[in-house]
Amino acid sequence: MSALLTVTDVHIAYGKVEAVRGVSLDVGENEIVTIIGANGAGKTTLLNAIMGVLPLRGRTTFAGIDMAPLDIEDRVATGLSLVPEHRELFGTMNVEDNLELGAFRIAKAVAATSLERVYTLFPRLKERRKQLAGTLSGGEQQMLAMGRALMGAPKLLMLDEPSLGLAPIIVADIFRIVGELRAAGVSVLLVEQNAQAALQIADRAYVMELGEFVLSGPAHEIAANKGVAASYLGFQHEGESAI
Amino acid sequence: MNTTIMLFLLQDGITNGAIYALLGLALVLVFAVTRVILIPQGEFVTYGALSYAMLATGQVPGTVRLAVAMGIVAFALDLFFARKALHARLVMRSVGLNIVFPFALLGLVYALVGPHTPIAVNIALALLIVAAIGLFLYRIAFQPIAHTSVLVLLIASVGCHLALQGLGLVFFGAEGLRGPALSSAAVTAGPLRFTGQSLAVYALTIGFIVGLWLFFGYTKTGKALRATAVNRLGARLVGIRTTLSGQIAFLLASVIGAISGILIVPITTLYYDTGFLIGLKGFIAAIIGGLVSYPLTAVAAILVGIVEAFSSFYASNFKEVIVFTLILPVLVLRSLAAPQVEEEKD
Repeated sequence: MSALLTVTDVHIAYGKVEAVRGVSLDVGENEIVTIIGANGAGKTTLLNAIMGVLPLRGRTTFAGIDMAPLDIEDRVATGLSLVPEHRELFGTMNVEDNLELGAFRIAKAVAATSLERVYTLFPRLKERRKQLAGTLSGGEQQMLAMGRALMGAPKLLMLDEPSLGLAPIIVADIFRIVGELRAAGVSVLLVEQNAQAALQIADRAYVMELGEFVLSGPAHEIAANKGVAASYLGFQHEGESAI
Repeated sequence: MNTTIMLFLLQDGITNGAIYALLGLALVLVFAVTRVILIPQGEFVTYGALSYAMLATGQVPGTVRLAVAMGIVAFALDLFFARKALHARLVMRSVGLNIVFPFALLGLVYALVGPHTPIAVNIALALLIVAAIGLFLYRIAFQPIAHTSVLVLLIASVGCHLALQGLGLVFFGAEGLRGPALSSAAVTAGPLRFTGQSLAVYALTIGFIVGLWLFFGYTKTGKALRATAVNRLGARLVGIRTTLSGQIAFLLASVIGAISGILIVPITTLYYDTGFLIGLKGFIAAIIGGLVSYPLTAVAAILVGIVEAFSSFYASNFKEVIVFTLILPVLVLRSLAAPQVEEEKD
């Protein structure tokens, strides 16, 4: 299995405070990898830095390309896509416009098939295609954010807390779709606080604590790890039952 | 006051208001996309008007040399900022835009200039010159500081205004200029006489508003510009270059400014510093529109034009005071209506 994304010894600092220290990870093709960890562990920071939103020290390559000289816009064109924690939708534009803009770097003919695919994955978005993005419910906004990212035909989709603030039934829906993406040939790097759900669909997992990876391995091994179970899986009372 | 005078004043106000509407729309557009309050909009007006007027007399305006000089600086900046990752395609694109385009324009101006050049050619040349200046102005003055606060951008904007105004004095001199009318036709309707010029003002204003509406509503580039205005990070995450959006916004604003200037200069004598006052009236309309609403801005601009026409009839000494006072109740109302928000540190 060849690595699609390789991150080597990455440090990310906010001013003098290092939020991420010496982290290395890789994501292969057709693989779902999850990073779990508590609030403030540096998971979001890491994803943002891989995307180019934040500066980092260290080395990242994606699809064999060194990411260092590339801006966010150019990284998107290489097939890397981020669905950020706050979704960053175009709130005053309708669903279809949001999706069309997701295919900004893609040829028009390809975009049309992408749109069909997104509507098949998220039928709810098709129903609401003329509605303004800002007026959608939280779950629909998350779907739209994922749909918009998929419109760019990414090779790797990075999802930042897709379950945040959503009803359990919608969370289950979203995780089911993440599983479908792998079948469609899209790799996923998933950052989640909902460790239980994330470990169920992931192939491999990294556990992050205070800016460092403390554990990594196949997802089922991580899920079986006693320390992880005590720290991250024990506190999942609300989300757990539905999944 | 009789109805005829009132109708005259209304007509005058609407004609001026249409120009202010164009400028106000450009201001809203630039602010939405780049967060820059475009004080140098007035200079685009003067540069367009006076370049056109000079071309009409067969002279080469200094603005075209300014465009070349700014292009060279923009090229140097492109190279400097990309020095760590220079590739041939980037350099070629930069050469094409910043060097070839302004020099070609310079050549074109020297080749075509003359006392008998058709009006349409002169207009096209003046528009191209100002478009180039607008484009390079963004590259040089605003793109390097695009991530800073609105206040920093505003100060830079004031600096650009002062610099361009000073250069305007060098290029055009302290004497005012007038340009030839676009058309000498006239239509009479009752007591009112519509000159071809004022009809052109209406037609172009409506054309531009419809054009902008179509552009923003139906084209990919237009939607990308809106997306940049709504959510910068979101736009970057789908691969929209915010620098390109900024350039397009400045390009549109400078062309709109220049067109306004070319529309005014056959009606009134313009001086190198007249544009500022005209731009400010567009600014008032834009503020009444909250710097976000295009339709409200257009309506407010017509109102500004009408208030100006009536106040210059009744109290011409206080004309500007009355017009600019319009902004006070709006600001008070808006500050009461909108909760205070901390500016994003994006």
